[in-house]
Parts: sequence; C-alpha cells; structure tokens
Amino acid sequence: MGQVDTPPSARKADRRNLDWFIDKAVQVLVFIAGISAIIFIIGIFVFITKEGVGFIFKSNYALSEPVFGLLEKQKMPEDQLDALTDLAGKKFATAEDLLKAVEGVIGVEGAAKYKDILITKSLDQPFNLKTFFTSPKWAPTSEVKPTYGALALMVGTASVTGLAMLIAIPFSLGAAIYIGEFATGRTREFLKILVELLAAIPSVVWGFIGLSIMNPLIIKLFNVPIGLNVLNAGVILGLMAAPIMTTIAEDALKAVPDRYREAAEAMGATRWQVILKVVLPAAKSGLVAAILLGVGRGFGETMAVLMATGHSINLPTSIFDSVRAMTATIAAELGEAAVGSDHYQALFTLGIFLFLVTFLINLTADLVLRGIRKE
Amino acid sequence: MIAGIEPVNAVETIGLNLWYGTFQALMDVNIRVKKGIITSLIGPSGCGKSTLLRSINRINERLGYVRVEGAIRVLEENIYAGDVEPVQLRKQVGMVFQRPNPLPLSIRENVLFGHGIHTPASGKISRAEADGIVEKALRQVLLWDKVKDRLKKKATSLSLEEQQKLCIARLLPVQPQVLLMDEPCSALDPKGTEAVEELLWDLRGQFTILIVTHNMAQARRASDECAFMLMGELIEHETTEEIFVTPRNPKTADYIEGRYG
Ligand SMILES: Nc1ncnc2c1ncn2[C@@H]1O[C@H](COP(=O)(O)OP(=O)(O)OP(=O)(O)O)[C@@H](O)[C@H]1O
Ligand SMILES: [Mg+2]
Repeated sequence: MGQVDTPPSARKADRRNLDWFIDKAVQVLVFIAGISAIIFIIGIFVFITKEGVGFIFKSNYALSEPVFGLLEKQKMPEDQLDALTDLAGKKFATAEDLLKAVEGVIGVEGAAKYKDILITKSLDQPFNLKTFFTSPKWAPTSEVKPTYGALALMVGTASVTGLAMLIAIPFSLGAAIYIGEFATGRTREFLKILVELLAAIPSVVWGFIGLSIMNPLIIKLFNVPIGLNVLNAGVILGLMAAPIMTTIAEDALKAVPDRYREAAEAMGATRWQVILKVVLPAAKSGLVAAILLGVGRGFGETMAVLMATGHSINLPTSIFDSVRAMTATIAAELGEAAVGSDHYQALFTLGIFLFLVTFLINLTADLVLRGIRKE
Repeated sequence: MIAGIEPVNAVETIGLNLWYGTFQALMDVNIRVKKGIITSLIGPSGCGKSTLLRSINRINERLGYVRVEGAIRVLEENIYAGDVEPVQLRKQVGMVFQRPNPLPLSIRENVLFGHGIHTPASGKISRAEADGIVEKALRQVLLWDKVKDRLKKKATSLSLEEQQKLCIARLLPVQPQVLLMDEPCSALDPKGTEAVEELLWDLRGQFTILIVTHNMAQARRASDECAFMLMGELIEHETTEEIFVTPRNPKTADYIEGRYG
C-alpha cells in the first residue's frame, strides 16, 4: 500500500478550502444559537423558581393576634402584654430567636412561663398550598392578614379561556377548511393575507375594543349592569386566538398530500366526505396543535384580559360576572409590590403555577401527537 | 368473435378534445374499449395517456381549468350529459393510480371506504357483513392471507406491492364495471409487478380494464388489445398481437422499436 503514490487529484480532496471553513463557522453559529435558546429557557425557569419557590416553604415566627389572645388567656399581666406589642408583627427566623426577643422585653423568668405558647403557636406561614388552591380570597396587601388564595384567579382564567375556545375552535377550523379546501386563486390569497393581518393586531388594541365597543354593547344587548365580564373577555380572546389557530390549522390541512383527496374523490366521495373522512383525520395532529396553541395563547394573554374582564376578584356564576385572570394579576400588581416582599414572592408563585400549567398543556399535546404517530 | 353479435363497448370516446387552460392535451380521440378485456394504452411521455384515462372518470375536473369537447360514453351513457353525477360515474369506474395511494386509515377502513360512501346512511350494514366484504375483496386481490391478522393496522405500513393490491381491493366492494389503471406497476419492483400483473389477469372478464403502461413487455404480456397514442392523438388501436407484430402505422412501429423517448 505504501508504495502506491496517491494521484495529485486525490490529494486535493482533503484540502480545507474556504467552503470548508464557512461550513464549520455556520455549524458553530447554529450550535450557539440552539444552545443559547436552551440556556435562556433554563435561566427563565431558574429565575422564576428562585423568586417563587422559597415563598411556598417560607416560615416565620411572630407574635400575631391569636398568640396575643392565647397569652391573655394564660393570664399574662397587662404591663407585659403592653410591652410585647412592640414586637407584634416582627418576624423571626426561628422560635428561639423569638423567645430571646421576648426575654429581652419581659425578662427570662416571665418568658419561661409562656414558653410553650411562644414556641408552638408563633409559627406564621404566609403561604399555604391549601389556601392557594381552595380559597378565592386574594388579599396580598391586607393590613390585618394577607391571604393568598388563587382559586378565583384560576377560575377567572379558566372561564375566559374556555369561552374563548368555544368561540375560536369552530371559527378557526371553519375558516381553515374554507381557505384550505374550498377557496381558490385570488380569494384564497386574499383571505390568507387578511387572517395574517388579524393575527398581527396587538393585544392592547383588542383590549381597547373590549373596553369601548364590547362593553356598552353587552350592557345594551343583555341589559346587565356591567359589560366587562367573562363574556366580553371570552369573545375578545376568542377573536384574538382564532387567526393564529386558523393559520396553523390551514398549514396542517395543506400538509395532507393531495393524492389522498384524489384517491377518495376517485372512489366517488363528495368534497365534504373527503374533508370529513380523509383530510381531517389525516391532519388530526396538526389540528390538535392548533387548538392547544390557542389554549396556550388564552392562558398567557394578559393585556386584553386585564382590560376586558373587569379585573375584579370573583368566583363567576354566569358569563356576565366580572372576573380576574392570573396573568392580569401579575401584570397589575408586580409593579407596586416591593422586591422580595411576601406579595412580590406570591406573584412569582402564581407565575410558577402558570408555567407548570403551560408545561402540562404542551406535554399533553406532545403525548397526544406521539400516540397518533405511533398508530 | 361470433358473427352477428356486436361486442359491447364499455368505454367509447367520440371526438374527444381536452384543454388544460389553453394547452390542448387531447385531439379528436375516438377510442372504443371493449367490455370484459384488458386494453393497454401506450405512448411516449406527455402524449396524454393519463389525461385520457382521467377524463373517463371525470377526475380531471377537480383541477378547475380543464375544458372538454366531444363525448365519452361509459356503458352506453354519455357521462358529460347534464344529469350525470360524478359520484355515480365513479361508482361504475374505479381508478388505480401510479403511486399506490391508500388512505391514511386502517386496512379494513380502506376496503370499506368506497362501500360506505355509496351506501345510503339508512342502509347500514352489520359488522359481520362488513367483515365479509373485507375478506372477499382482499381474497380477490390475493392479499387476505397476508393481512388478515392486521386489518386494524395503518394501510400505509404495507409494502408498496401490498398497498397497490389494496388500492385495487378497495374498488371491488362497490362492483365497478370499468377499472382504469395509470401505470399501476411503475412504483413496484419486478416481483411486485409480476404479482400485480397476475392479479389483473385474474380479474380479467369480471371487469373491463384500461391500463396505461410504459413497459412494452407488460403491454404485450398482459393485454388483449393495445392502443398507441402520440401527441394527444390516438394513432392506432388493434389487438395486442397485431400492434406488436404487424403495426400498420409507421409511427407505431417506430415507438415499439424504441425510436421515441
Ligand atoms: N394538470 C395539468 N395542467 C397542465 N397541463 C397538464 C396537466 N397534466 C398534464 N398536462 C399536460 O398534458 C400533456 C399530457 O399529459 P399526460 O400526463 O396525460 O401525459 P402522459 O402520457 O400520461 O405522460 P406520462 O407517461 O409521463 O405519464 C402533457 O404535455 C402535460 O404537460
Ligand atoms: Mg401519465
């Protein structure tokens, strides 16, 4: 082998020329772009978790109203009670710290007598998972006792998103079917451009429409006192989500190979039978993706929802009730909450919850699609 | 041929002209396809074989820019008459395409698809009846033993040869009279081609088969009559034997001897 001279033309083959370097450089750039996207997502996740998770497990020791009540019952002298009011509301990391502070005010002997109460009853957890999920009372700035119940906010978001999907799914699927399967030539191009224009309307404009057009309209049509409610926000959000859902759904329909349609038509299927029995089943995964994208949009939408729901904490009993959404709450309150305060952290906890729900929606979508593909 | 008895034509075109927009693809085509035999359609690429085939079940119309002049009679009935519904026509005239195109459904659903479409909603059939239909159709195309255990599987998971057989099988339950086949073997390997050809020979007699092919040997082997087309015109239509042994038109001879692309 060694004796065989490599012909010059073959030796040239492994020369690294300009194209080789360009190719390598592009590979590196694409790699960096891809990696940085992943890093950003992890970074965002870490940031939100860091700000919000601590709050879930946060515990303080403090002399709260009930503790004073107990002390009074245990016959603590008036003067000692008076002296302790200075400590009311002050937070300590451990029960021992609290005890020491109390000893500093009323003396070691006085404190020893009430040690049990001070140690066992002074635990003060600002956040409680059960309250978070079951209480509709969101009162983070309450002077008396801040409460972080997110039920009303969750129901608010869910009701608005649900109504929006009831409106957007039939509209967007219908529009996608018309554009993709029936419209031809210029009508089709015109409609596609129109849908894309609709998708580009900023959400604050939709909020504005909700506020100044839908609001009086609902009041007049349904004779209700207030037009900023679930109905208003649901309609606005539905109209907002429909264009993008239409675009994605139409792409899914377009991805169905034409030979399926031809095959079905050649067997005598009518246009509608072809769509119902062949095209829609074949495009199932893309259509599910379109719908879930709409749900995600509804869940995450903030501005329009803030403007159109009425932004009042409420468990709605009808579509004419005002509600408040989670996203809108974060947007409206984060600015006025002091960084690091309980209120601030509670908003991040809300953020984590939103994040988890979105993650679950995406995961479900992914699993559904995988299942479909495996069949 | 017994004297005095005129053989019935399954398909007959009379002065058929066809335009795609402004481009004329068929020029005054007059062809008579006899009932119950296999007729092959040969000719160089772009001569209009597919176009002719696709106008016989009016599937060309889905393009929207096709214009037709003249008449096509399928089983003695003009299919371009105002009161003919493509749906009814396509029940009579089944089509098999160049690339196997089973629907993205299960094997079973593929076989029952046409049947479902042509059965009115009131005339729903029982599951056992449906099973019977599926089995009969798949047996006819010699596919039953291979797929009987996986009828619920996606049809697209079959091999190309099996897919093409399935595409033939799904036409059978509605009992069409005419089968149009546009190069049904061109996507298959020699073994698959042979299998499908055998199948066609099996189906001969029950159906009138009009098959487009680029494969001279196939046309010679697997057809009773043969028609040669060139530039949108029908040049010659004889028994296969005559076309290949004693072609009358010099253009036909040139093509058969391989002097066109
Ligand atoms: N959808 C169409 N739109 C416009 N012109 C077309 C269309 N289909 C076919 N043609 C033209 O009509 C002529 C005949 O085409 P056709 O497909 O019938 O030929 P063919 O004989 O089947 O060719 P091949 O052997 O390559 O399949 C060709 O010139 C082709 O370019
Ligand atoms: Mg062709």
